[in-house]
This record gives sequence, structure tokens and C-alpha cells, in this order.
Amino acid sequence: MSDTIERPPVVSVAPAPGARGSVGVGEVRKGGWFVRITILIVVLIWLIPTVGVLITSFRPADLVNTTGWWTVFAHPFRIASWTLDNYRVALDAGGLKNAFMNSLAVSIPATVIPITIAAFAAYAFSWMEFRGRFILFVAVVALLVVPLQMAVIPILRMFVSGASFFGIRTFPDLDLNGTFLGVWLAHTGFGLPLAVYLLRNYIGSLPSSIIESARMDGADHFTIFWRLIVPLSVPALAAFAIFQFLWVWNDLLVAYVFLGGTRNVQVLTLALAGLNGSRGETWQLLTAAAFISMALPLVVFFSLQKYFVRGLTAGSVKG
Amino acid sequence: MSASTGGPGVEAETFEEAPLSGSALILRIAATIVVAVGVAYLLSETFGFLRSRDANRALVVLVAIVVGVGGVFFLFWGMNTLVDWMPARFREHVRPYVFVGPALVILSIFLVYPVINTILLSFKDSRGQNYVGLQNFKFVFTDGSMLRSIRNTLGWMVLVPAVAVSIGLAFATLADRLRRGEALAKSMIFLPMAISFAGAAITFRLIYSFRPQGFGSNIGLLNGVMLGLGQQPVAWLQQQPWNNLYLMVIMVWMQTGFAMVVLSAAIKAVPDEILEAARIDGASEFQVFRRVIIPSILPTIVVVTTYMVINALKVFDIVFVMGNTETSGTEVVAERMIYWFFIGANSGRGAAIAVVLFVAVIPVMIANVRRFREEESIR
Repeated sequence: MSDTIERPPVVSVAPAPGARGSVGVGEVRKGGWFVRITILIVVLIWLIPTVGVLITSFRPADLVNTTGWWTVFAHPFRIASWTLDNYRVALDAGGLKNAFMNSLAVSIPATVIPITIAAFAAYAFSWMEFRGRFILFVAVVALLVVPLQMAVIPILRMFVSGASFFGIRTFPDLDLNGTFLGVWLAHTGFGLPLAVYLLRNYIGSLPSSIIESARMDGADHFTIFWRLIVPLSVPALAAFAIFQFLWVWNDLLVAYVFLGGTRNVQVLTLALAGLNGSRGETWQLLTAAAFISMALPLVVFFSLQKYFVRGLTAGSVKG
Repeated sequence: MSASTGGPGVEAETFEEAPLSGSALILRIAATIVVAVGVAYLLSETFGFLRSRDANRALVVLVAIVVGVGGVFFLFWGMNTLVDWMPARFREHVRPYVFVGPALVILSIFLVYPVINTILLSFKDSRGQNYVGLQNFKFVFTDGSMLRSIRNTLGWMVLVPAVAVSIGLAFATLADRLRRGEALAKSMIFLPMAISFAGAAITFRLIYSFRPQGFGSNIGLLNGVMLGLGQQPVAWLQQQPWNNLYLMVIMVWMQTGFAMVVLSAAIKAVPDEILEAARIDGASEFQVFRRVIIPSILPTIVVVTTYMVINALKVFDIVFVMGNTETSGTEVVAERMIYWFFIGANSGRGAAIAVVLFVAVIPVMIANVRRFREEESIR
């Protein structure tokens, strides 16, 4: 997932009554050898690229450049054919350590900020009465399709020199370019439409009796939101948080445009792209760097897989 | 809308406070100003620190995270408190706008304004100063490289979704029949979704790598296979027009998992009774698949395919990081846009390409809103 990849769409997979769970109850004819072998072959094909990167990143430079990575399977236990140096070099000389920290500084707030803002808006769209509620909500959903590329340049200009419309100054020059705040805000803007849409679906489907009884007890909207809605919405919030985090972490375009590629502030994807261009043939460093950039997404993905899949089939979060 | 029942239409006035005395009001206003000035000062100091080049990087990062995460909570809490201080009459009329306000402000700055601005730019010259009419659009539809990029993008839009959805559907159907290991098999296919394009590009360069004779041995997997078969190594990414297909493989690799997971959820939602009824009537497994499963999950297939078509329309990074697109003939529309904005230094042309992209997505926007209205009427 990265720049050109839109955030996931909202797919309604309405579970029909009597839907099967993940464990069949013995009704389906379970597959025989054909199924198992086909699945195994596809899985192997899908894993080959990643395995190639992983193996290459642990091989010494001279071996990487003379033999293909698959040759390690001939003598997998020869100590001389493995090394950790690539990671050491990539982290220090390659500037990956710095980039890793910058990626964290971009990704964590750029995940929390849009979710918070979207959750408040979703609550208002679901449970508060105000003028223009429906129109505003439809407008937000319609913005889902604005291509990121279309928005980037005008925002960059605005960050650099303020904005003016037909000669009238509408936005002051805040000198936001190259700052974390600028990237957070940009990611927030691009992530909001989907976040508002998904969260409104979920928050709006919570039983109204809970909210009514809380209001009877004299709770105000802020308290209801904070004490009641947020805890109840954890699955939806978590699902979106994972998406947003992976999206921001893997993003290249927004970081490149708003934060820039200077070594001090560059994020992981930029460092990686830089290595890819400037050191085309230093495979051992490139692969080590690639794996460093994949590490956190993979951890997030495997530890929170349940929420991740639930988020993909969003709409059924309506439950 | 069920939502309206819980709304403030039934707003109770029972919590009305006693009106404030004059001095207390002044005190409150003064306190507000002091707090606001203090916060503003603190913020400007913090951002100055975050921008300084010689500060300890780890500390900067830590402060950035704390400020970013804490700031947004503080924003809402502060605004809500300000609303609480207002006269009770206005309070509940203002509060909804405090809740949706930040979202609307950010959206208008980051999405609405840029769209208008880009449309204006597309009618101006390379530096965005004078209007030049439709010249930029004429360029988009006549320039050789642009036409090639449109051809390639159409290829991406047809082939990537078709292949990814087919494999995803087949895999989801088969994995559904595994006795065990379904979750594991699915997450292996899904894994590339967690990888960035920059990472994927490196991953696949390792597969397509080519070295001409005399420039070292070929360490790319595909050429390893070619040599193993006794063939000559091939410069995969220079083979026009096939190199476009090789790049599309990367996107298929990354996106199939998405199609697979969503379709798998849809397949599992097909009611058992229907499947069993079909089997009892003597339908073969393939017939069950074609006549029962496919029709019931058709809406999901349509949505997933649409989503992938849009993604393919906007594909950029894969071709961008894989090298010079003009010499290898792998241009795509979104990549041309970035090229003209940043490298070609012609904002008019870049904006015109962006507008073309936007117009291409508008039908989807209409479908999206229509679908939302339908869902809304069901609620």
C-alpha cells in the first residue's frame, strides 16, 4: 500500500443468516490433494520475492554479486555465507536508523490525529442534530475519490507561500513545508473521508438506547463520546488505525513532497528510494534496508491481523 | 435515520446554571485569553525546536509524537470547554460544529481547495501565470509520450484487476476447502499488502535483474532460471512492450491478497442451505461455484474490481522507482503528472493531467454517493 494505492474501499459483505463460520461443519466436501497442492504452489510463488530479499540481506557482498540467492540452499549451514554486516551498514552509514525514527514521528501522529478528528465528526453526524448534516456528510463521502496526486501540488504551494484565490489571500503563509506538522495535516486530510465514512457507519449503528439513557443521566455529548462511544468502537477504531498506519508508513509521495528528502528528516521509504537509485548494484544493502522498512508493518500486520481483515470487510462492522 | 431519535431535539433544559455575575464573566474571559496566549507560545516554541537541525534526533522524534498525539486531544477538549462556558442558550447549537468543525476545515483546505486550484492551473502556462486556454489539454492528448502513457494505463486498468481478482477468487474458493491452515495460507498471500512500493520495487528488481555478458554473473531469479534451462539471459525490463506486463506483475502480487480476503469473506457469507440444496439436486462442485457462489457474491466482485481499477488508474510508484520510463516505454498517466510537476517544471501540463485523472474517476464518485443514499434509505 502506498501513494497510488487508495485506502481500502467500503465493501458490504452482509453476513446472511446461517452464514458459515470459518470452520465448516462438515457440510462441504473438503478438498483433496488437488486443492492442497494448488494452494501450496500459489503460496510458494507468492513467498519467493520476500524470501529472496530476506536471504540476500544476510549474505556477504561478494557472494551476493557472484551467485544467486537461491544457491544458499545447496549449503545452508556454511557459516561464511551468512553475515549481519549489511544491517549494521544500512542502519548507520545508510541513514536508516534516523529514517526509522522519522517514520515513527510521522506515522504515529498521522494515525492518531485523523482518527480522533474523524471519530468526533462521525459521532456528530450520527447522534447530534444540526443544520446541513446530511449535505455535509455526503460532501465528505464524495471527497473519497479526489486523487491524492491532484491535491499535492496546491497544498505544497500553500505551505510554501500561503494561498490566494483570484488575488484574495485566503490562507496565511505558515511555513509548514518540511515540518512534521505539515505532513501530519496532509495525511490527515487525505485519510479523513474514508475514516469519517467508516466510523459513522459503525458509530451510527450503535444502539440508540445506550446513548439516550446516558443523556437521561445527565451526561453531555463530550462525556458520552469519551466514556461510551470510544470504548464501544474499539474494533472499528483499531481496524482503521492499522490501515492508516500502514498507509502512512509505506507512503512515499506525501513524505517526499511535504517533508523532503534531506537526510535529517527523510522517512524510510525515501531513504529506500534513495538507496535504490544511487546504489543500484549494492544489493546486500538494498535488501537489508528493504527488510528494515518491512519489519514494523509485518509485525503490525501479524499481531493485529484479526482487526485488519475485519477492516477490509468493513461495512460488515456494522454488525 | 435512527440517529435523530437520540439527538438534542429532546434537549433538556434542566441543567441550566445560574447566570454568571459580571466579575466572574470577566475573570473567565481573562483566563481564556491567558490560556490561549500561553498555549500559542508553547506551541511556537515546540515547533521551533522540532525544526532545529542540530537537536538530538531521538528527542525531536519523541517530542513530535507527544505533541502530535496530545495536541489533537487537547484541541477537542479545549473547544468543548469553551463551549461549556457559553450561555446555555447557544451551547447545544454550537457544539455539533465543534465536533465536525476540524474535519470540515481540514477537508476544505486539503481536498476542496486543491481541486479548484488544480483546475485553474490546468488552463495556465508552465509557471501558472497566464491563461493559455486548452493548450495543456491538447498536449495531453497529442504528445507521443502522453499517448503511450494513456495506452499503458488502460492496460494496467484492465489487466491488473482482471488477474488479481481471478487469482484472488480462485484462491479464496480453494482455501475455503482446506481442512486446516486456511488462515495461514491466506495471510501468506496477503503479506505483500503490508509492504511499501519502494520495498516491493527492490524485491522485484532482485527477480528481474539482468547483467550483460562481461558485467558479472546474473543474480536475478528469472535469469537464473533461463540459464538453468540453457537459454540466454534476458534484459526483462527493457523488452518493449512486454516490460509493462512485468511491472504489472508487481501490482498483482501486492493486490491479490486484498481481493482474496474480501472475496473470501463474501464466499463464507453465502448461506449453507442454498449450497446444500444445489448439491442435493446433483450439481457438481464447479456448477455450484458458477451457478450459486458467483451470482451471490457478484456485488462484492464488482466493488473489489472497481476499487482495483481506480488503483490501477492512479498507479505511480511502481513505474517511477523502476527507472527511466521514457526510454523503456513504461510511462503511466499519474507518473507523467509527477514528472511534469517536478522534473519537467510545467505546472500547467501537470495540472491538466491531474484534471484528466479526476474526470476519469467522477463516474465512480457518482456511483459511490448513489450507493450511500441507497444504504441510507435502508437504515
